[in-house]
Amino acid sequence: MIAEFGHYALVLAFALALVQASVPLAGARKNDPVLMAVAGPTALAQFCFIAFAFAALIICYVRSDFSVLNVFENSHSAKPLVYKLTGVWGNHEGSMLLWVFILSIFGALVALFGANLPARLKANVLAVQSSIAAAFLLFILITSNPFLRIPEAPFEGRDLNPVLQDPGLAIHPPLLYVGYVGLSISFSFAIAALIDGRIDAAWARWVRPWTLLAWIFLTLGIAMGSYWAYYTLGWGGWWFWDPVENASLVPWLAATALLHSALVMEKRDALKVWTILLALLAFSFSLIGTFLVRSGVLTSVHAFANDPTRGVFILGILALFIGGSLALFALRAPMLKQGGLFAPVSREGALVLNNLFLVSACATVFIGTVYPLALEALTGDKISVGAPFFNATFAPLFIPLLVVVPFGPLLAWKRGDLLGVAQRLVGAAAVAVIAVAVVFAMEGGGPILVPFAIGLALYVMAGALTEIVERTGLLRVPLATAFARAEGLPRSAWGAAFAHFGLGITLLGVIGETQWSLERIAELRPGQSISIRRYDLQFDGMATRQGPNYRDLAAHFTVRRHGDFVGVMEPAKRNFPSRATATSQTALMTRGVSQLYLSLGDANPDGSLAVRLYYKPLVLLIWFGALVMAIGGVLSLSDRRLRVGAPKPARSKAALSPAE
Amino acid sequence: MRRLLIVALLTLLAVPTAIAVEPDEIISDPALESRARALSKELRCMVCQNQSIDDSDAPLAHDLRVLVRERLQAGESDQQVIDFLVARYGEFVLLRPRFSWHTALLWFGPATILIIGAFGVLVLARRYRATRAAEQETLTAAEADRLSDILRGGRQ
Repeated sequence: MIAEFGHYALVLAFALALVQASVPLAGARKNDPVLMAVAGPTALAQFCFIAFAFAALIICYVRSDFSVLNVFENSHSAKPLVYKLTGVWGNHEGSMLLWVFILSIFGALVALFGANLPARLKANVLAVQSSIAAAFLLFILITSNPFLRIPEAPFEGRDLNPVLQDPGLAIHPPLLYVGYVGLSISFSFAIAALIDGRIDAAWARWVRPWTLLAWIFLTLGIAMGSYWAYYTLGWGGWWFWDPVENASLVPWLAATALLHSALVMEKRDALKVWTILLALLAFSFSLIGTFLVRSGVLTSVHAFANDPTRGVFILGILALFIGGSLALFALRAPMLKQGGLFAPVSREGALVLNNLFLVSACATVFIGTVYPLALEALTGDKISVGAPFFNATFAPLFIPLLVVVPFGPLLAWKRGDLLGVAQRLVGAAAVAVIAVAVVFAMEGGGPILVPFAIGLALYVMAGALTEIVERTGLLRVPLATAFARAEGLPRSAWGAAFAHFGLGITLLGVIGETQWSLERIAELRPGQSISIRRYDLQFDGMATRQGPNYRDLAAHFTVRRHGDFVGVMEPAKRNFPSRATATSQTALMTRGVSQLYLSLGDANPDGSLAVRLYYKPLVLLIWFGALVMAIGGVLSLSDRRLRVGAPKPARSKAALSPAE
Repeated sequence: MRRLLIVALLTLLAVPTAIAVEPDEIISDPALESRARALSKELRCMVCQNQSIDDSDAPLAHDLRVLVRERLQAGESDQQVIDFLVARYGEFVLLRPRFSWHTALLWFGPATILIIGAFGVLVLARRYRATRAAEQETLTAAEADRLSDILRGGRQ
């Protein structure tokens, strides 16, 4: 029965979504407070029903109820409980339900915490939010119902794809979806502003925290997906410019641009129209990303033809929300009043440059991802756009951006002093020059770009610290005073410093991994060893291990450094009898921020074993940097001014107002 | 096409049990081998989802890696190897599409957007200058008085 209850809850949620999408909108038009007040409670009720449906599906999975088609296709009774749970979103239907569940959470949050929003804005925002929910709920109910039954229930399920039975991939989709769906809030706010034809700085103050929240989750989700690919796929890469990855990178780039332009809008009431457009685009990219991945269109354009209902429905949703929002934008944007002016050399100017490069980079990835699909659909020509294309086009757009990053926070609003800022960045530049010289001396001959890339990364990091060092007076005043000042700095200043510092860290990791990685490919017999850098790995032999629903054939390696024992590595081949498939389990050994990476190939009849061994210097910095960026986001989110409604001490208000 | 799809599906399901470049493929000449590796990174394993033949463990990728090495050992240039593969498998095999009329939008797209954006920024900067110039011209005596009031610290 629970599956039918879940199904019914979805139908009710859909009905509520229709009410919420229409009544408050009419209320806002007629200025009727009663109709507008419908939005809040329906948003909460909608959340409850979708939560119930989601819980129902989870229960079906936990109970291994194979009479439910979705459970039968994606679960197995012997699977560990955690993967029974994560199997819920490891498939198309379940992941769509998760998507709409997160959407309803955000709607409920706006309803709960939006008490201080203007009534019309709140009603419009919740109505738009609910129209998205209605479209998705209808999509689930008509084409992707997870609660379908099988007339005669089978005894055992088909199990979840073994590649997905991994802690990294268990939490990756929810993180990413919170990011994708979080951008729906700024979308709804943008549409609401366009409907009303009014927009002010308070709007930006509302939109920024939501975008920031979505951005934090997107950052973490992408980093998690990248690390998963790194240790799962077995050839040591961490970013493949795969369309599935690009589908998450594009909204991230758009959201990053949006964060920065919303800052200009909030502080200086400028770039309004542009910020609105970015908010629309960021969520549009999220929608496209979700559907590119979920529709199967990436594997082949023909996947669409195989399942026309889903394909047509998806295109319809995309056309409605993206086309509709852009049409509304074109109609209403000219009515919005342009805000304050600023000199080209100013913090606003730097943020405009930031947006220019981020949006161009975003467009590059987007064009590269959809181009082969569009070309094949239009002309039938099949081409591939892969890593070499993206490396050649993305880097030239990102490098100038990195040069500008440290300037942004140091430039004054409205009119800045470029020369003055350049002087203040002398320290950062000096760090970079020294790094270039040191790396060049150490390398003695490698690619000439490497020392400069390392220098750029350190410049970004030192540049991020410059503002903090200056504002606290570190190095000039006694340490205690500096600490006291550091505590008094706004959290958003710390947030920016952390995020930019993290960017530099990631860059450092990227350069280290791509330029200094070592690789050994060999065939080993028991007793033989292989060496890389200063490490010797001795192959001791193979052993089998029994897991809950798999069987490992593990190779045992003893790792020594200069002859001293440092540990063991046990890469394995994992067999899943339920699906008659196997995965390769790589072994990782962390040394500082570098890693040894070992994956297995085939065992030969003569008893030898093919192995692939990497030494990956600085590789962990790639994800550590992303984590620091996300921490920066959290710090910025906790800034007093973003906690709308938080009481503000009168003193700081008086001190701030002349500057603003 | 249908067969290709089935193969693709099978390779997707039969997840890696082997590593990509296998020990017996590696050729003894290190210069040729590194050229082969660089070439392999530019070539697509056609039955895989967006993997280069350097990354893929599919049998086809193995065959192509061996083929690339054979051709290089026969003394062909990188370009000749690529031309041969394109003639055999079509442009689909290239991960970096060639520039031609049907990829013009792809290759020029990013630069076009950057230029349009830069143009927009320039317009913004010009408008700022124009507005400032206009403001300076049209400051009336009353406005000048008010301005000096404000500058002296007075508030309305």
